[in-house]
Parts: sequence; C-alpha cells; structure tokens
Amino acid sequence: MFPELNNLLNVSPDKPEQGKFTLLCDAKTDGGFLVHHFLSFYLKANCKVCFVALLQSFSHYNIVGQKLGVNLIAARDRGQLVFFEGLKSTVEVLFGSKEQPNTLKFIRESSSDLKSLYEFVQKALTPSGDGSATSWKFPVLLVDDLSVLLSLGVEAVAVLDFIQYCRATVCCQLKGNVVALVHDSDQTEDEENAMLMNALGHQSSLILRAEGLVTGFCKDVHGQLKILRRGLLQPKSEQTRSLIYQYKIQDKSVTFFARGLSPAVL
Amino acid sequence: MLQILASRGDLVLLRDSVEWEGRSLLKALIREVALKGEQVQVLGCEVSEEVFREGLDSDTNSRLVYHDVFRDPQGWTGNWGPLGILRACLRGAEPGPCTLAVDSLSWLLLHAPCSALCQTLRALGHDNSHPGRVRVLGLLHEDVHGPGPLGALRSLAQIEVTVGGNLGFTTAQVFHPKPRHRSIEQTYWFSILPNFSLEFHKETLLEPRPHRGPQSPTVDAMADLTFNVHLSKKEREARDTLALPFHFSSEKQQSLLHPALASSTSQIFYEPDADDYLDQEDPDDDLDI
Repeated sequence: MFPELNNLLNVSPDKPEQGKFTLLCDAKTDGGFLVHHFLSFYLKANCKVCFVALLQSFSHYNIVGQKLGVNLIAARDRGQLVFFEGLKSTVEVLFGSKEQPNTLKFIRESSSDLKSLYEFVQKALTPSGDGSATSWKFPVLLVDDLSVLLSLGVEAVAVLDFIQYCRATVCCQLKGNVVALVHDSDQTEDEENAMLMNALGHQSSLILRAEGLVTGFCKDVHGQLKILRRGLLQPKSEQTRSLIYQYKIQDKSVTFFARGLSPAVL
Repeated sequence: MLQILASRGDLVLLRDSVEWEGRSLLKALIREVALKGEQVQVLGCEVSEEVFREGLDSDTNSRLVYHDVFRDPQGWTGNWGPLGILRACLRGAEPGPCTLAVDSLSWLLLHAPCSALCQTLRALGHDNSHPGRVRVLGLLHEDVHGPGPLGALRSLAQIEVTVGGNLGFTTAQVFHPKPRHRSIEQTYWFSILPNFSLEFHKETLLEPRPHRGPQSPTVDAMADLTFNVHLSKKEREARDTLALPFHFSSEKQQSLLHPALASSTSQIFYEPDADDYLDQEDPDDDLDI
C-alpha cells in the first residue's frame, strides 16, 4: 500500500472504513496501481479478501505485492486471500469439457448471467460458521476489472446488477467493502462503458479517478488523481468533497503532490 | 422551494449527477411530506433500507413504507418485474392522497423499456383508489441516460429539480414547464442538515422568461442626423431617369454598332524619347513554342 495515499484518504490499516463501495477509474492511463494499493492495504488490515482478477495472472499481482510488502502466496495458503484467476478460468471454459461447471460459463452461453460469479464471491466471503476459521476483520471484494466483462459480451445492466448483489451481500449484510476498477473510454465513445461508469459512480461513496495529463506524457508527473467523496451531507473538517493531486509512480511507492508542485519542478 | 410539494398529483423529477447527488434532497422532501402526517411509499432499488432510513427521525421513519428491490434486483428469489413492483407500491397504501418516492427512476429505466415505464407512471395517477392524487418524487441520474429517455421523462414531469453546485454550495434549479403559459425557473441555494431538514441561503431569483419578447420602446433613428437621408422631388426624378451602367438599352446598342461617328473616341499618341533603346528583336524569339 502507499502510505501517502492513505494520508490523502485519511485511512489506515488499523482503522479502515466499513460498508463502503469504492470505484476506481482510469482515463488515458493505467490505474492498476490503485488496485495493488487496495489489495495490499486490506491484506495488511487483516481483512478477508476475495480478489476477482480478470486482467492479469496471479504471479503478476504477487510480484507487485512483494514490492509493497505483502505475500499473496502466504495469504492464500492461510485462507485470508481467495484469488479467482480469470485468465485460467477462461481457458478452461473455452477448451475444457462443457459439462464441467465453471464460474465464467457466461462466456460460452449467450445470456449475460453473472449469477455463478456472484455465488463464487458469496461462498468465498460468507463466514463458514464452523468456528474453525480465523476471525478476520471484515470481508472485502476486489475486482480488476469490470470493463473486461463488457468486452466479453456481458451487458452493462448485468454487470450493474452483479455489483448490486455484491454490495447487498458484502457491504450491507457482512459490513465489508467492495472495490472495483472500470476504465473510462471517453476517447472511444463506448456508450455502454460510459453508462456503466456513471451508474457505478452513483452507487459509490468514494471515487478515485486516475487520469493522464492533458498535455501528454511527462517523466516526472505520471498523471493526476481526482478524489471525490459522495453522499456527504456536512463534510467533516478533515474531509473535503473533491481533491485533485498529481502523482509519480516509482518502483515501490507512489508520491503525491499538489498540482504544479512536482519535486522535479521546485 | 417547498411549494413544489403543494400540488398533489405532480410528477417531480429530481435530476442529479455523479458530482452532485440528489438522494439527500429526496430524503429531505420525504421528511417534509411526512411532517404533514402523510404516509410515503418508497420504492428502493439502489440502496438498502437501513441506509435509506439512516438520519431520518423516528416520526418520519414510522410513516415511511419501504419496498425493497435493492437486495434482489434480478428477481432471483421471486418472480416479479420491476414495473410490477412499482404498481404494487400503491396497493397497500392508505386510501386518499399519497406520495410515492422512487429511488430511482434511472434504475427502472435500465431494467424496463422507457415507453412501458412512462405508461406506468401516467397510469399511477389514474389509480381507482387514488384518483389523480398520487404525488411521485422520482430520482433520475441524468448522466446515465441518453437524451431520448431523459426527454420522455421530462415531458411527463410537472416539475423538474436539477441538483448542482456553485461556489461550494448546493443548488437546486426548479423548472415548471408550462406549455402555452410562462415557464417558471428559479434557483435555490441550500444545504441539508444532518437530520435532513433544509436550510436555504440567499436566494437568487432569475427573471421569469415569457414566451413573447418584451415590448421595447421604438426609437426614431432618423432624428438628429448630420447628413441628409431624404430625397427632394427633383432629386428623385433625376434618379429615376438615370440609366444603369450595365443595362443594355437601345442607345447603348447604337453607339456600339456605329463607333466611327463618335468624336469622343480617344486616341493614344506615342513619341519615343531620343534616349529610349528600342530593341528590334522579338523578345519571344528564343521561346521554343
């Protein structure tokens, strides 16, 4: 996790917020660093994490996680991390036998039914109740990323309903958190993706939006991060509705600074 | 702004965006209705009942009937359609005027055809047990839909409230579209307190815009000029008899056909200077044409 980002969001692994849906977006840049941040943050916060990884392989997240101080293999072995490797499951759906049940079977079928994926999440995060499991703080669902589902032919409304079912179970029933990444495709004019992003924005309490600089690539400033808090009636003194910071991604950390105040410039 | 709750049979559209959410305003309006002792039916599609009731006082909560669609949006646990449950909201309501809050119309638009939703909304007001006295407060996320569905719902609505923000304050732009009459548009600056009561700040009133333009007083532009724009009778006659330069009249035709008679034909006389160098060679001689 990135300590500077924790300071900006005013959270720490000791006292994380609960029952929240956080939406991560990226536009003209790669917002994957936010996914790595939240994965390591919630593992360090001693939460049970269900990670639906559709974009990259397990080893990719493990390598980055080790730089951030978490060992995904150990977390998986002790039952803290339930990792769904979308790439592997896709191969099994396409080249395995049809009778074999698969969480991603909607790829083969024409219907956009994500019920099997939801049941996977529900089974992973609902406490088994046998008393032998270690008590984790609260469950967290992390999805990387939802735009892949649209590319696989799932309808945007089906994705919205899937997230709503997850929120109902994880946020409301189990008092956990849901974090999901969506790409913003404003350049490609993808109406379904734009509708999905806006509709998810209305469901979220926190939106983190990583954008590439309007002026193009820069060696010292990799992009800017917009932080928008929703649903606040009277914002508390230490929380502002909307903040914008610029950032630079380094090997093991990300530094944040106010716009125009990059250390390379000062 | 609370006069938007004055009429009982209205469809009030609360338009919000990701930047400026409108659910708090919806809850504040529900609280105002409940304070008058009326029951409010709430169709909850986007948030859970606990989250919706949070912050409302016990009196308001006791008058709030929550129909929960949030937990099972696709009806996996029961067989129903989204519009069916919208109609069912009023079935258990007390007879007499009632208020239905829909959270949200956007959710219904995504799960049902637009035309069917519009027909259902229109039919709500013509329910036998609540003839013409169903007030509908509908939350609509305007950045989720295209102009078609938005326009269809706007044409049904009697009042539109658009939530926005300016200079750190939340604003509500209230619009009463009235065909054949003056549309009224007003902007209110407000904040919502933790108990969901409304606090208004300095009100900025826009001029009501009439359909016919205002009568501006006529000004005589011809007065106090330093030049003459009028023609006297003589000048007018001279102008009328003037031949236009490119008008091919018979006089012009004659002058062209008989040019030798003209004494006014001009000639050019050229006397070369003594120092002039006149090259007899043809300058184009070397061109290979």
